[in-house]
Amino acid sequence: MKSRESKPNGFLEVSIWRGAEEGAFQHFQVPRRESQTVLDVVTYIQRHLDPTLAYRFACRVGVCGSCAMKVNGIARWTCRTHVSAVATTGPLEIAPLDHLPRLRDLVCDMGPFFEKWKQARGAFVPGAVPETGFAAIDPDSPARRQVEAGIECIGCGICYSECDTVAWRPEYLGPAALNRAWTLQNDERDGAHRKRLQAVAGDAGCHACHNQLSCNERCPKKLSPAAAIAGLKRASAVAALKGRL
Amino acid sequence: MGALSRRVKPGHPGYWAAVLQRLSGLLLALFLPAHFALLGAGLHSTEGLDEALAWTRSPLVRVAEAGLVTALALHVAGGVRLLLLEFLGWHAIQKSLFSLACGLATATGLLFALNNF
Repeated sequence: MKSRESKPNGFLEVSIWRGAEEGAFQHFQVPRRESQTVLDVVTYIQRHLDPTLAYRFACRVGVCGSCAMKVNGIARWTCRTHVSAVATTGPLEIAPLDHLPRLRDLVCDMGPFFEKWKQARGAFVPGAVPETGFAAIDPDSPARRQVEAGIECIGCGICYSECDTVAWRPEYLGPAALNRAWTLQNDERDGAHRKRLQAVAGDAGCHACHNQLSCNERCPKKLSPAAAIAGLKRASAVAALKGRL
Repeated sequence: MGALSRRVKPGHPGYWAAVLQRLSGLLLALFLPAHFALLGAGLHSTEGLDEALAWTRSPLVRVAEAGLVTALALHVAGGVRLLLLEFLGWHAIQKSLFSLACGLATATGLLFALNNF
């Protein structure tokens, strides 16, 4: 079968984290190709140079959120990150995400990340059924627009890895979980607004955010978790003033 | 075998805004005890206050004063920026707000220095 890959254009120097919490960077040389993504590089290494390399990916097109890794110190979705955009001349350093237990090589345990979505009551809870039988939601209503702004989160964990507040306060729920909570707080059909606000208004919740805005800066979907967190801060402050928190 | 260093510090405007907010805050917090000590000197004796006031007219202190005013302006403008982000959700223009805060602080510091020297 004729290969559809472009001709290699020199070699790329790549360092990849091997091991778990303890480990070391291993060096590889990978043929540099046109339109090559960081995920292509990792896949090349696993298929041609070292089949024991562990990493995660699924869709390859920026939908599933499973291939996030730290590339030259910054967390990125590797399937949609071209090598040419992050390493024009220098080497490529690929490591697992921060703030999550490292299982092996580039694979983190995402358990604690999604556990915080649960703590933030990130699941939809059906509310009372309206008399009409279904909720008619105006797409242009302010609340629906708030949902629209945050609903495309793919749960990749990049914001969580980039957040300094998570580093300082490991129990902090993190930008993704709080963003999820804010979309549900703006969902008219949801019946757990008060309990969710209580869940996110604690010490480890929205008020722990220091507004460094790394989540906004690094989110591959260009969402604004910081705006969602600010929304939760306002909502919980108003609820507290009214004695409803 | 070694442990992976946790992270490279993010170098984007939001991060620098937070760093400057904290550093200027710390500087102002350090200044306050000195300020109160000087005021306290006046409670004990006019000579003590005069001595302390003479010290504040030394060139080094006057330069430091301009830095302090800049830090105060930066902290206030940065604080207003945070309020705009938190209460009005102006995240889309946060970088412009940061530039504005830095510009206002620099202008305030320069005006003070011009007036002071």
